[in-house]
Amino acid sequence: MFNASLKQLSLQLAEKKISSTELTTEFLNRIKALNPEYNAFITVNEEISLAQAQAADKILASGQAGQLTGIPIAQKDIFCTKGWLTTCGSKMLSNFVSPYDAGVIERFNQAGAVNIGKTNMDEFAMGSSNETSFYGLVKNPWDVTAVPGGSSGGAACAVAARLAPAATGTDTGGSIRQPAALCGISGIKPTYGLVSRYGMIAFASSLDQGGPMAKSAEDLALLLNVMVGFDPRDSTSLQRDTEDYARDLQKPLTGLRIGLPKEYFAKGMSKDVESAIEKALDEYRKLGAETVEGSRPNAPLAIPVYYVLAPAEASSNLSRFDGVRYGHRAKSYSDLADMYRKSRAEGFGAEVKRRILIGTYVLSHGYYDAYYIKAQKLRRLIAQDFAEAYKQCDIIMGPTTPTVAFNLGEKKAVIQSRCIYRTFIPARLI
Amino acid sequence: MQWEIVIGLEVHAQLSTQSKIFSGSSTAYGAAPNTQANVIDLALPGVLPVLNKGAVERAIKLGLSVGAKINSPSIFARKNYFYPDLPKGYQISQYELPVVQGGNIQIQVDGTEKNVRLTRAHLEEDAGKSLHEDFHGMSGIDLNRAGTPLLEIVSEPDMRSSAEAVTYAKTLHALVRWIGICDGNMQEGSFRCDANVSVRPRGTEKLGTRCEIKNLNSFRFLEKAIDYEARRQIEILEDGGSIRQETRLYDANKDETRTMRTKEDANDYRYFPDPDLLPLEIPQSWIDQIKQTLPELPQARRDRYVSAFALSAYDASVLTSSREMADYFDATLKQLPAQAKLCANWIMGEISGQLNKEGIEMTACPITPAQLAALLTRISDGTISGKAAKTVFESMWNGELDKNVDAIIAAKGLKQISDDSAIEKLVDQVLAANAQQVADYRNGKEKAFNSLIGQIMKATQGKANPAQVNAILKKKLDG
Repeated sequence: MFNASLKQLSLQLAEKKISSTELTTEFLNRIKALNPEYNAFITVNEEISLAQAQAADKILASGQAGQLTGIPIAQKDIFCTKGWLTTCGSKMLSNFVSPYDAGVIERFNQAGAVNIGKTNMDEFAMGSSNETSFYGLVKNPWDVTAVPGGSSGGAACAVAARLAPAATGTDTGGSIRQPAALCGISGIKPTYGLVSRYGMIAFASSLDQGGPMAKSAEDLALLLNVMVGFDPRDSTSLQRDTEDYARDLQKPLTGLRIGLPKEYFAKGMSKDVESAIEKALDEYRKLGAETVEGSRPNAPLAIPVYYVLAPAEASSNLSRFDGVRYGHRAKSYSDLADMYRKSRAEGFGAEVKRRILIGTYVLSHGYYDAYYIKAQKLRRLIAQDFAEAYKQCDIIMGPTTPTVAFNLGEKKAVIQSRCIYRTFIPARLI
Repeated sequence: MQWEIVIGLEVHAQLSTQSKIFSGSSTAYGAAPNTQANVIDLALPGVLPVLNKGAVERAIKLGLSVGAKINSPSIFARKNYFYPDLPKGYQISQYELPVVQGGNIQIQVDGTEKNVRLTRAHLEEDAGKSLHEDFHGMSGIDLNRAGTPLLEIVSEPDMRSSAEAVTYAKTLHALVRWIGICDGNMQEGSFRCDANVSVRPRGTEKLGTRCEIKNLNSFRFLEKAIDYEARRQIEILEDGGSIRQETRLYDANKDETRTMRTKEDANDYRYFPDPDLLPLEIPQSWIDQIKQTLPELPQARRDRYVSAFALSAYDASVLTSSREMADYFDATLKQLPAQAKLCANWIMGEISGQLNKEGIEMTACPITPAQLAALLTRISDGTISGKAAKTVFESMWNGELDKNVDAIIAAKGLKQISDDSAIEKLVDQVLAANAQQVADYRNGKEKAFNSLIGQIMKATQGKANPAQVNAILKKKLDG
């Protein structure tokens, strides 16, 4: 059952072969047994999860169920969840119980899904190894000496270890796609604006996007069907007609043009990744797709652009964590400035501080034009690259990461994690 | 040396929307602390701003009223600084591209017109309030005001005296109320002024170093703060010193300004476009639609009063100092079309005086324009004298006899004697009884004439029509 697809689970629930309460209990037991090793979850609340499962069972009995009704979903701890501790992986929010639900959480609740727990993550989604969490690192279930990737490392681990049938993640510069790749599951960062950002704790607002993480493309499609939708509380939310993301799952690949920008296949990619990509491309060609070699000359600019814009927005977004209204406040302080200083020094980890400092620097007087404005201009060029590329192909493909999961505690991670973003950051900047 | 004072004003007008600029919380004044602060105003993790259309509409109204350009797009930017009453750690404001750009406001000082250019007007959110007293050694934070929509209206340094600055502020105050975008309540902080003041030798072009005086919440404080500040700067310069650019606070109790912060310790606000809000696009069709709803503006109405009703510029400007007063005047005049000056005098005199005395607004005036017109009709048709009319007015104000003018005149016996033969008879009686004064008058003592008039009025208890008495008496004595 742990390997069952969402569709299969949905069928079993509909046919009363299993109840949501039973299904939820099974996964809760698995979490109880395995989470101490993996540390994929920050918070598990059996009482709430089982109450939701019982409610789902009533809906199932009434015949009003949707496709996700009664299915346990692990929620990244970046989504504000009413009545749940919502920490964003930070000491700063280690005492924050959200009084409201994020748009994404509301949509899952309306769909009758069960919240199976809140997953671990890099602190404020800043990291690509899930080692910056205040709640400790997460292990890769395929190799417990390796990282699961990040920032949605807990979510990727939970799905890979079958602690949950599916999970939510968020992606700013690869935080869904990279851990999905490193844990051998599927993940998608939807087009910006499709998934509501309301209640999703902001890292870099112009890049952040919630998305699904699961075992297959089909599962992702079913999750997208629930997660995508206009939210008037998010001014960047897109107003589009509802679509069924599962509609083309069986469509043949005949005639599909796959663009392969040479910049995505640069030196430094490990052999096993390269061969896996080649095998996949051969398979797609066999299925009728054609591959189109091309170039996206500005792609290498994406990393420096990202490392200016994301910290700039983050430095401002994280200003609200000041110890005044909620969150961590230092025990003793001499005056207001001291309270800010100590609360933030104690509440934030090293990676978060590093990015706040970078962001503050690039926005400051005298540097703004050289960094922030320049980066915004380059962002425009990168977007134009994509527009050009899509004249020649229908989709663009490349390796998600140049290597497989690296080892926990590899100190070069700080440097390496910046190289890892080669492929997926460009797609976020458009 | 002769010094010239140079002043520019930044006015924060609180826009009269029901809800906040980026959240659905109420903007009503005076609620218990933090009862009008929802998750967005509290800046909980994950919340996002959504722009209030009503605030934009009000900004456009101001822009159209001052002949400014409405920018589309305009951009919301974050102004970053830490303070406990600023929940997000940044204020959402507009920086490089404000919604309103340019424009002009005409002011009248000592009978002459002057143009004050506007630089811009931009939308922003207000902060909360920090309360540093009575909290057992702690500070209290009230976020009810956090997120209240403000329009910051910035003028060019076009004013040359505190009197000009106050007139500009009053004209702008009247305008924002006139077009219904701000209630103008200065006690509640709905209309706050910051003044940029510098001085320079008269006849020179180069602007002196300026100081900004913050949060002047009355016209009187604005005037006194500017006067003090200009004096302070002139004294420093005359003693051979130089002015330091800084932000100063006006202390009304001591009538002085004090340093708040210098340029050196000014914040670097790190402005950048707010990624949570899209560029604000304003379609021309919306601007056109708003234009249709704008009332006739004070200046146009002032000009019309002068040209159509031959009122003096002064009268016209007093009558248009608020839309309520101008509307009251128009409504009164509608009943009494040929008597503009009479209407103006009574509204500017008795009505305004009484309203001021009781501290009530024109909208709460107990006498309606129709009732006032009924009273004025009785003056113009000679039924009562101006003096008697004041007695009637008082009765009406107090609500006597359903404010019925004729009933009050009858009840008080105020009807004027306008019958020529009756007056002649009276005059004859008085002349007969005062032969000495008649003789004095005829011997050239003009004063005797007034004394006789007094006698006649006394005999009629003031009810005789003075103009008729005058004419008849003159005819009798001179004839």
